[in-house]
Amino acid sequence: MNRSQILDLYFVDARHKLIDLAAFLDRYERAEGAEDFRMAAFRTAVLELSKGNNDKARQVLLAFSDPTTEPIPAATTKAACGAWPGVQ
Amino acid sequence: MRYIEPHAHMVSRVTDDYVHMVTAGCAAVCEPAFWAGYDRSSAAGFYDYFRQLTEHEPKRAAKFGLPHYCWLCINPKESEDVKLADDVLAIIPEFLDRPTVLGIGEIGLNKNSRNEITVLEKHVDLAARHNQLILVHTPHLEDKLKGTRLIMDVIRNDSRIQPGRVIIDHVEEHTVQMVLDAGLWAGMTLYPESKCSPARAVDMVERYGDERIWMNCACDWGVSDPLAVPKTALEMRKRGHSAAAIDKLIFQNPARFLAQCPKFKIPEG
Repeated sequence: MNRSQILDLYFVDARHKLIDLAAFLDRYERAEGAEDFRMAAFRTAVLELSKGNNDKARQVLLAFSDPTTEPIPAATTKAACGAWPGVQ
Repeated sequence: MRYIEPHAHMVSRVTDDYVHMVTAGCAAVCEPAFWAGYDRSSAAGFYDYFRQLTEHEPKRAAKFGLPHYCWLCINPKESEDVKLADDVLAIIPEFLDRPTVLGIGEIGLNKNSRNEITVLEKHVDLAARHNQLILVHTPHLEDKLKGTRLIMDVIRNDSRIQPGRVIIDHVEEHTVQMVLDAGLWAGMTLYPESKCSPARAVDMVERYGDERIWMNCACDWGVSDPLAVPKTALEMRKRGHSAAAIDKLIFQNPARFLAQCPKFKIPEG
């Protein structure tokens, strides 16, 4: 597909998702409380959208990922929270 | 249109889902062993679950003319308890010769802990000793990248395992390339809120090719869509992919992988 066809197929949906994302940030910033690691990772991931590379989805996923290589000593929960809480 | 649903937890679904899947063209469904949403209290609970997967569920699917196959294991979410895992691993061989059991799965990692790796290694050893196919679950969200690397290390370290007989499921844009480069199969799981959307799945096919890739819905007791595979076929049609290209991805590819187990009969289209 050419760019025009991709816009015809996906632009309105992407626009909708972008506004939803903006509204989420407004909602978050209206609320009180300290910023945690999830939002720090989120802001790093958002920066990837304005870079010129052609693997933005991959880079966003990497921004949220645990970059370490060693197994953890024990699993204390079953759930994932969406962002790595550690510090590089 | 015909398709194979290679990963669906049908014990968690209502009968209407079978009706909808068959109506949409599903020709066979495969069910990996999964976490029940709570921890089972003993291996006896797994024994009953394996009977459900190998006896009851194929009968339920057969009422709609749908062949039902399964995979057996203790899921990574319950692998922190190595003693429980050992007890479950001990009863799996009793079920491996049953006519609808395709292999060991979905094994893998959840939080990437040492005990989870120990249990993964034991499952891989079980698969190697019994010449079974392997279906691997990769961790969720922030744990997926690290977990996929650790899982691939375990598989690479067992020289008895042929990469072409292993599928690494739930790949996303940051893991698909490494899986394919290793000669393994890659599964793309189509979820409404996490893992992969239909549009992103088709993006990956366009980018990385359609060899050694399948798509699945992995529908279970959580937010999931049993019709995600045919909906992704529709996404491909919107982009102009041919009927033959769609058939390769959603029918021929899973058939090719699954038919490595002689018990899997390729359904008539």
